[in-house]
Amino acid sequence: MKIEIRNGRVIDPASGRDQATSVFIDGQEIVGVGGTAPADFQAEGTIDATGCIVCPGLIDLSARLREPGFEYKATLESEMAAAAAGGVTRLVCPPDTDPPLDEPGLVEMLKYRARQPGFAHVHPMGALTAGLAGQRLTEMAELAEAGCIAFGQASVSVVDTQVLMRAMQYAATFNFPVWLQAQDAHLKKGGVAHDGAVAARLGLAGIPVVAETVALATLLQLARETGVRLHVRRLSSAAGLELIRAARATGLEVTCDITINHLHLCDQDIGFFNAHARLDPPLRSMADRDALAAGLADGSIDALCSDHTPVDDDAKQMPFAEAEVGATGLELLLPLTLAWATASGLPLVQALARITSDPARILGLASTGCGSLAVGAPADLCVFDPEARFTVSRERLKSQGKNTSFLGRELAGEVRYTVIDGHLAYAADRLL
Amino acid sequence: MHPLTRQLNPQFNTHGELIHLLSIEDLSRDILHAILDRAEPFTAVAEREVKKVPLLRGKSVFNLFFENSTRTRTTFEIAAKRLSADVINLNINTSSAAKGESLLDTVDNLAAMQADMFVVRHASSGAPYLIAQHLAAIGSKHIHVVNAGDGRHSHPTQGLLDMYTIRHYKRDFTQLTVAVVGDVLHSRVARSQLHALAILGVPEIRLVGPKTLLPSYAAQMIENAPLRICHDIGEGLRGADVVMTLRLQNERMNGALLPSTQEYFKSYGLTPEKLALAKPDAIVMHPGPMNRGVEIDSTVADGRQAVILPQVTFGIAVRMAVMSMLAGTSGGSAQ
Repeated sequence: MKIEIRNGRVIDPASGRDQATSVFIDGQEIVGVGGTAPADFQAEGTIDATGCIVCPGLIDLSARLREPGFEYKATLESEMAAAAAGGVTRLVCPPDTDPPLDEPGLVEMLKYRARQPGFAHVHPMGALTAGLAGQRLTEMAELAEAGCIAFGQASVSVVDTQVLMRAMQYAATFNFPVWLQAQDAHLKKGGVAHDGAVAARLGLAGIPVVAETVALATLLQLARETGVRLHVRRLSSAAGLELIRAARATGLEVTCDITINHLHLCDQDIGFFNAHARLDPPLRSMADRDALAAGLADGSIDALCSDHTPVDDDAKQMPFAEAEVGATGLELLLPLTLAWATASGLPLVQALARITSDPARILGLASTGCGSLAVGAPADLCVFDPEARFTVSRERLKSQGKNTSFLGRELAGEVRYTVIDGHLAYAADRLL
Repeated sequence: MHPLTRQLNPQFNTHGELIHLLSIEDLSRDILHAILDRAEPFTAVAEREVKKVPLLRGKSVFNLFFENSTRTRTTFEIAAKRLSADVINLNINTSSAAKGESLLDTVDNLAAMQADMFVVRHASSGAPYLIAQHLAAIGSKHIHVVNAGDGRHSHPTQGLLDMYTIRHYKRDFTQLTVAVVGDVLHSRVARSQLHALAILGVPEIRLVGPKTLLPSYAAQMIENAPLRICHDIGEGLRGADVVMTLRLQNERMNGALLPSTQEYFKSYGLTPEKLALAKPDAIVMHPGPMNRGVEIDSTVADGRQAVILPQVTFGIAVRMAVMSMLAGTSGGSAQ
């Protein structure tokens, strides 16, 4: 189908374009961006983007779909609806499913289930070790063939550093990226909140910042030694960010991301034991949060992810320490990016890069036009009204997970249309 | 960036009245003194021929103990009975929870039994908050919650009875130097004491212990509280008016936190020699049960400066004060 998106403000971070103009889609491709339609282009559908911003579809580097194994928390259908409503057209799902994504068959099944019109592109992250147990390597070549875009451990650390080094060496052999969270399993043991004044006051067992920095120093050294392409997931502390900067200064090519929660919240948001603030890694101090926000703005942090983790009410309505970790986020990624851009005075073209072109680069898909509005790029787009305000509520969230600290918060930035592969995956309004 | 969401404290109703006692944090100096004042006449009740007043007659108090405790449960039971309430004791860790029933399912069931007050002990910090918030959500706003100890977080009636004891012996909080000695990290008692001491205007509060038993950021854990960290017990006790020793739990004694009870006693155990550094009229307190020869020497525990048994007696009066005060407030317009 040929679609013209007109009257919008087109922002394409990859090219730096920020201009009032039109985007033309034919089938699964973008065929033109500009004032006049390509030759022979007869629009069969038109999207009026007056007052709206047209940008590449969002790319979320961490979103749990809960399949297989946790269908009572969420299903592919519910979370794909959430992704589309959030303007997310491509996402990476971590391997902490049940069973974990450590067998090609599981990955193929997930890819197959997700291959439906209107569903976001799903890139499974394969398990680095069998069962995420940190002992035996997975069949990475087979898993990559089945569709894994990277290998990681979700929230589980590889305790045995010899196994970790060998896993990195093996991945580096095939140039497979390794995506890991920096968290020392021993130093985080028993902890449920940032080891700071808030945890001390509330009597919550602390996870110290050194749990991140000690593990991160190990990861960076091993990446240097093995030459693996390392992406550090879900950074949480200012000290961790400094280690990343220092490693880059010596020439190490390493990328990293943070979550929307760690960008906006801190340990004080635990309030009176609010289990929505029970996250992994823990929400750290306000100074850490502000350092992460600045790092995301200056590009030291490459990408912002939702770390979408739908959790059922039963698992959240527990005393803080016993509540399951995680927060729903697919539908909050865009508005929270906009809130951060506004608060830090960042131009939208730069802010949106962290959820479009930058994650595409980390995925190694930038050359295919992913995360951009280039001619020939996949027709994955998001049209949103940056001024429209809404209140986050259980009823409004399409995700099966209603668990987020942002419930009740008023945010700006409402998605009007989401286009995935040229299909209208989500429309807040009727097509003209 | 965003302003922080200031959540409503669930222990107050919208009129700012105390409807649950979950923590001493956020209580005013006036309300602390009001509770202690209310406890005064209750100490006399215990000395009467008939040890009962009818303030809670016809009310049902449920002791919900998700964690074992004989002493605290008993003192709450005595306090409730002296107020003429009906008391039902539930040891949940041996009943519902073992069968897989969730905390809030248990609460729903007990709420349906027309309870008037829950006295809650739970191993997890914050559990009584969850219960109080849930009661508000399901509309059982007439049920009051008293925290009888949650994880490492809070044990407010213990903190209050400690303040009652200090006030009884020392009168003016604003002239005192208080030393809290021992395992502050794992102690809900210590956290309640620190909040109470700070609110009552104690100008110097010392936390005394090895680094493994004090929280990181201990000095910052309570905003604007005059907390001073002492790793040397001599420095911690010198010139103190009140010495509050904390219980060292068995599971902390030998491992990565402490090498042995002997070494702990040598460094931090309260002996007559160490106590001699405090003021001559300093009082020695302990929340019980004591480990003699670990955190406290028997000579001190049984000595003239110890007020450990009066603490127990005052504890019943303070718990009567808390329960009768809460029963007189309405949670009707709680959040």
